[in-house]
Amino acid sequence: MKSFLDTLVSRQDMIISAFLEHIYLSFVAVAIGIAIALPLGIIITRYRRYAEPIIGVTAVFQTIPSLALFGFLVPILGIGSPTALIALIIYALLPILRNTYAGIVGVDGSTIEAGRGMGMTRTQILRQIELPLALPFIMAGIRTATVLTVGIATLATFVGAGGLGDIIYRGLQSYNNSLVLAGALPVALLAIGFDQILKWIEKRATPKGLKT
Amino acid sequence: MIRFENVTKRFPDGTEALKDISLVLPTHELTAIIGPSGCGKTTLMKMINKLEKPTGGTIYIDENPINGMDEVQLRRSIGYVIQRIGLFPHMTISDNVSLVPKLLEWPKDKKEARVRELLQLVGLDPETYMDRFPLELSGGQQQRVGVIRALAGDPNIVLMDEPFSALDPISREQLQDELRNLQQTINKTIVFVTHDMDEALKIADSIIVMRDGQVEQIGTPQQLVDDPANEFVRNFIGVERINQKRAFGEKRLFEFLDLFTAEWSGGAEKISADATIEKAFLQLDDSRHNYLAIVEGEQIIAYATDRDLLKAALFKEQGVSV
Ligand SMILES: Nc1ncnc2c1ncn2[C@@H]1O[C@H](COP(=O)(O)OP(=O)(O)O)[C@@H](O)[C@H]1O
Ligand SMILES: [Mg+2]
Repeated sequence: MKSFLDTLVSRQDMIISAFLEHIYLSFVAVAIGIAIALPLGIIITRYRRYAEPIIGVTAVFQTIPSLALFGFLVPILGIGSPTALIALIIYALLPILRNTYAGIVGVDGSTIEAGRGMGMTRTQILRQIELPLALPFIMAGIRTATVLTVGIATLATFVGAGGLGDIIYRGLQSYNNSLVLAGALPVALLAIGFDQILKWIEKRATPKGLKT
Repeated sequence: MIRFENVTKRFPDGTEALKDISLVLPTHELTAIIGPSGCGKTTLMKMINKLEKPTGGTIYIDENPINGMDEVQLRRSIGYVIQRIGLFPHMTISDNVSLVPKLLEWPKDKKEARVRELLQLVGLDPETYMDRFPLELSGGQQQRVGVIRALAGDPNIVLMDEPFSALDPISREQLQDELRNLQQTINKTIVFVTHDMDEALKIADSIIVMRDGQVEQIGTPQQLVDDPANEFVRNFIGVERINQKRAFGEKRLFEFLDLFTAEWSGGAEKISADATIEKAFLQLDDSRHNYLAIVEGEQIIAYATDRDLLKAALFKEQGVSV
C-alpha cells in the first residue's frame, strides 16, 4: 500500500497527463460517435429496409477483438491518436445507433398517428414526439458507449496514442504492480464516474410524464 | 358537408377496404359509421383528413375536392380523435390540448384561455388538471382530454374513431351523454365511428351501416329501427331491439317521463301524456316542431324529441340501454 502511494506521488505528473489524454480520447470518440450514430439512427428509422443491414455491419465491427482492430488499423493509418480515435469511434457507434433506432421505432404508433392526424409535419413529429420519447433509450446507448470506450482506450498505448494504458503497460513491463494499479484504478474510476453522471442525465432526460 | 363520390380504396396488398362508396355527411350533424370490425370504417374516416388516399373517386368538403388541398393545413382544420386515445404521454394536459392552436400559431393568451375553456366544458378543473400528465388521469378523463384536444383549433369537422370503446360501460354512457350535450353547444360536423349499435342509436343524428367496404343503409336511428333495409342491417340492429320497439310503441308517454326533457323554451307540438309512443312518433313527424310538449290536463309536464321517444321505445325494464 505504501509503495502504491509513493508511486502515485513520484509519478504524479505522468499519471495526470495520461489521465487527461485518456479522457480526451474517450470524450472525442464518444462525441464523434454520437455525431455519426444519432443522425444515422434517425435516418434508418425512415428507411427501415436498410436498418437491419446497417446495424448488422456495426455489430460485426463490435465483435472484432479490440486489440485485433487496433492491429488492423495500424498498417492502414499508421501509429498515433487518429488511429486510436477511429478504433474507439467504431466501438462507440453500435450502442448509440442501436438504441436510437430502437427508441424511435418503439414509440407507440398511435401517438405518432395522432400527431400526423392533427397536422404535424414530419420534422415536428420527430422533434416534438419521437425524439423526446426515445431520449431515455438514446441516453442509455450513449452511456454504454462511454463506458465501453473508456475501457478500450487503455489499448491506445499500443498505437502510441497515450492514455492510462501507457502507465499500465509500463508497470507490466517493469513488474511494478503499484504502477499497474496507478494506471488501472483511474480507468475504473473514470468508467464508474462517467456511468454515474450519464445515469443522472438519463434520469433527467426521461420525460416527466413517463416517470412513474 | 363532406361528400364521397365513388370512392374506392385498394391497399397495396390487394385488400379492397372501400368499394365504390358515395355518401354525404351533412354539416352540423353527428353521423355515426357502424359496421363489424374490418368493414372499412376507419379507412373511410381517414380519407377525410388524407391519412389515407383513395385509389379511385373523389372526396369533397363543401364541394371543394380535397385532392389538391395541402394535407398538413387540411388536418389542422379538422379535429381528430384516434381509436386508442393517442395523448402524448410526455406533454402536460395543457400542452396536449393546445397542440393544434400552437401549430396554428395562436398567441399565448388565446391558447391558454382556450385550454381552460375546454377543460371546463368537460368538467375537468383547469387548475387541477392543466399541468398533469396523461398517465396521471383515469381512462375516462384521458378520453375527455382526447375529445377536447380535437376541438381546440375550433375545427368545423371532427373525426372520432371509436373514441369510447376502451372505457368501462359506466364511463362510456357518461361520455356519450356528454358528447351529445356538447354537440348541442358546439354544433360541429362530427363523424363518429363505432361498432356499438347502442352507442350509435344513442348519439347519432344519422347512421351509416357498412359491411365489407360497402354501405348497406343510411338513415336516422328511428328509420333504421323501423325499417331496416335488409337482413344484415336487421341482424346488426338486433331483432330483439326491433321487436321491443314494436311492443313498446304501444306503451304510453306518461310511463317514460323520466327519460324526457324538463325544460325547453322553443316551440313545441302539444300531445297528451296518454298518447302511445307510436302516435307520438307520427305526430312529431308531421309537425313543424322538433319537440313534443307532453301535457296532462292543461299543464305541460315534459318535452320530448324523437330521440327521447326512441329511448322510450327501446327502454328495457332493467334500465335504459339506448
Ligand atoms: N394499411 C393497410 N394495408 C392493408 N390492409 C389494410 C390496411 N389498413 C386496413 N386494411 C384492411 O382494410 C380493411 C378495413 O380496415 P379498417 O378500415 O381498419 O376497418 P374497421 O375500422 O371497420 O375495423 C380490413 O380488412 C383491414 O385489414
Ligand atoms: Mg377501426
